[in-house]
Amino acid sequence: MTEQGHEHKRRSPADWWLFVVGLVLFSAIGWVVTPAIIYAEKPQPLNFNHKLHGPDGDAGKSCEDCHSFRDDGSFAGIPRVESCLECHEEVMGETPDEKKLVEVYIKGKKPIPWRVYAKQPPCVYFSHAAHVKNAGMECTECHGDHGTTEKLRPYQENRLTGYSRDIWGWAIHGWADPPERMKMDDCADCHRENGVREACFVCHK
Amino acid sequence: MPVATGEHLYGMVIDVDKCTGCGACSVACMSENNIGTLPDETDKIRSITWLRVYQIDNGRPYPDTEVAFFPRPCMHCGGSWGGFFQQDADPEGHHTPCVSVCPATATDYDDETGIVSQIPTRCIGCRYCVAACPYHARYFNWYDVPWPGGLEQSLSPYVAPRMRGVVEKCTFCYHRYQQARDKEFAGGEFGEMDYQTACTEACPSGAITFGDLNNPEHQVSKLLRQRHKHAFRLLERLGTNPKVYYMTKREWVRKRADNYLPGEKIHRFAVGS
Ligand code: HEC
Ligand code: HEC
Ligand code: HEC
Ligand code: HEC
Ligand code: HEC
Repeated sequence: MTEQGHEHKRRSPADWWLFVVGLVLFSAIGWVVTPAIIYAEKPQPLNFNHKLHGPDGDAGKSCEDCHSFRDDGSFAGIPRVESCLECHEEVMGETPDEKKLVEVYIKGKKPIPWRVYAKQPPCVYFSHAAHVKNAGMECTECHGDHGTTEKLRPYQENRLTGYSRDIWGWAIHGWADPPERMKMDDCADCHRENGVREACFVCHK
Repeated sequence: MPVATGEHLYGMVIDVDKCTGCGACSVACMSENNIGTLPDETDKIRSITWLRVYQIDNGRPYPDTEVAFFPRPCMHCGGSWGGFFQQDADPEGHHTPCVSVCPATATDYDDETGIVSQIPTRCIGCRYCVAACPYHARYFNWYDVPWPGGLEQSLSPYVAPRMRGVVEKCTFCYHRYQQARDKEFAGGEFGEMDYQTACTEACPSGAITFGDLNNPEHQVSKLLRQRHKHAFRLLERLGTNPKVYYMTKREWVRKRADNYLPGEKIHRFAVGS
């Protein structure tokens, strides 16, 4: 009588292949399919070319010309359409984006509904003055090379929370470049290094 | 005096004798902090008022009747002061009633400002803190605020709106502290008037004073020094160590502010020393 229960069966190559196929398949689902399900791609109203408008481009503006601080220390953020009027009163070039800018937003006197990649949840308070003015940080430290890009990358919105994908980063491991992620832990890590106080009511409101 | 571990210790002094009970502070608070109106506001158990005005009277018949009003924000209890029941309280640690019971760390005590935070997105809605707070300063959102007719467009971006199922409370208008800090970061000065709560500004009779209790130059500190005989806090003997002080010249009002037995002598605590 053979003791079937105790028989030691060796793994065949087919078993190993099955394991590898399974690993690859489910990793692919986790890394590629899941984000595709969670994040909805939303178009920007028009393409904005930072390189062209920036210090080294045709327009030759500095970052502070468009992204300024107000006298009370608050950050003005994305400039209003009025500030584009200076150069874009009439269409200068041939691009459809500029045409749309002039005809729809400038002539129509409508604000441009930009989607902000870095947008934090409503309960989060962020201060540009603290980091840029006081701590002397560069825009690139948090926004990557956004200030020198030619094309706006797709904006992705979490279908469940409505938050931008940039908060959690585009890669789960966190070393994708660009953009860098800006989660609570990422803010807190740097704050701990710099001895900023740790109470919830620093970054929350 | 509350323990000073950090740089600032924000607190309030409310002159009960000046308060007329008009409720302007409540209204200012509601519009400042995105507090909405529920379909049935007569249901007072479920309606939300971060700063509520309580009325008390001396219990005597006309013509001897006297009333007093108590505007009640969150007391931002320091909680470490050795009170009646806590003779051996840890002078450095904080035993803020709501903070010590929160199982989710949705509320904490900021050592730098003395402000007790509330992070509604973190809150799991257990309402343990509501039960722990002896001042009824914490409110539970039983419903989502409906914000009819596009009213949500007028919400303040400086204060996060809340949803049903979470607890909220007065934050001493902390967003105004953040704005004052921004001004300071940009090279301006952070003066006493740069950080004032909405209720303080709204009070028509100037009954509410707000400022840094650690700063001897601030009006709150001056008031407590000058009029320390008239100053007291609500339910002082619990040892919650609130940072909201009240002032009155009327002895009966003081007695009603804590659970004194008839004929019991008022136990004086060193205030403003
Ligand atoms: C200092 C002048 C100046 C200002 C201010 C300015 N632009 Fe431009 N912009 C230019 C120039 C120059 C071009 C190049 C036109 C061309 O030849 O196509 C341009 C082109 C564009 C284009 C088309 C570029 C493309 O590659 O698709 C868009 C869209 C645009 N600008 C948007 C804006 C917006 C939005 C603002 C306001 C925030 C703004 N611009 C402010 C000078 C300016
Ligand atoms: C002509 C005006 C103009 C100038 C000059 C300019 N920007 Fe912008 N910036 C914009 C506009 C318009 C947007 C909104 C569209 C977008 O997201 O790019 C924007 C958006 C941004 C954002 C926000 C991205 C997000 O999270 O959505 C960053 C970061 C930024 N700019 C950085 C820079 C830096 C750094 C420079 C200088 C190198 C610069 N900008 C120069 C007009 C300008
Ligand atoms: C410490 C990291 C950090 C640095 C440094 C930084 N930013 Fe930002 N920026 C953020 C975060 C976080 C947000 C989102 C803020 C929010 O949603 O409240 C943001 C938002 C923005 C926005 C969009 C604001 C809006 O209208 O909603 C612009 C534009 C911008 N940053 C430009 C800049 C520029 C230009 C610089 C350099 C002068 C800079 N930032 C430096 C973190 C940073
Ligand atoms: C790379 C480092 C770094 C990152 C990332 C960072 N911070 Fe900061 N933050 C600082 C430093 C340094 C200070 C102190 C500035 C000072 O006081 O000189 C500061 C100060 C602040 C302050 C002001 C605190 C006060 O004292 O009033 C706020 C608010 C803040 N950070 C929010 C955030 C948020 C929200 C994020 C994430 C979105 C973030 N920070 C990410 C470095 C960082
Ligand atoms: C250094 C800044 C910082 C501090 C300090 C901080 N937070 Fe946050 N918190 C953030 C940022 C940025 C986000 C948004 C990004 C994310 O979800 O990670 C966030 C998100 C959250 C969220 C999720 C909100 C949502 O809508 O998804 C909760 C809950 C939260 N924080 C609770 C807390 C509590 C409780 C504390 C105190 C113990 C605290 N935070 C302290 C920066 C901070």
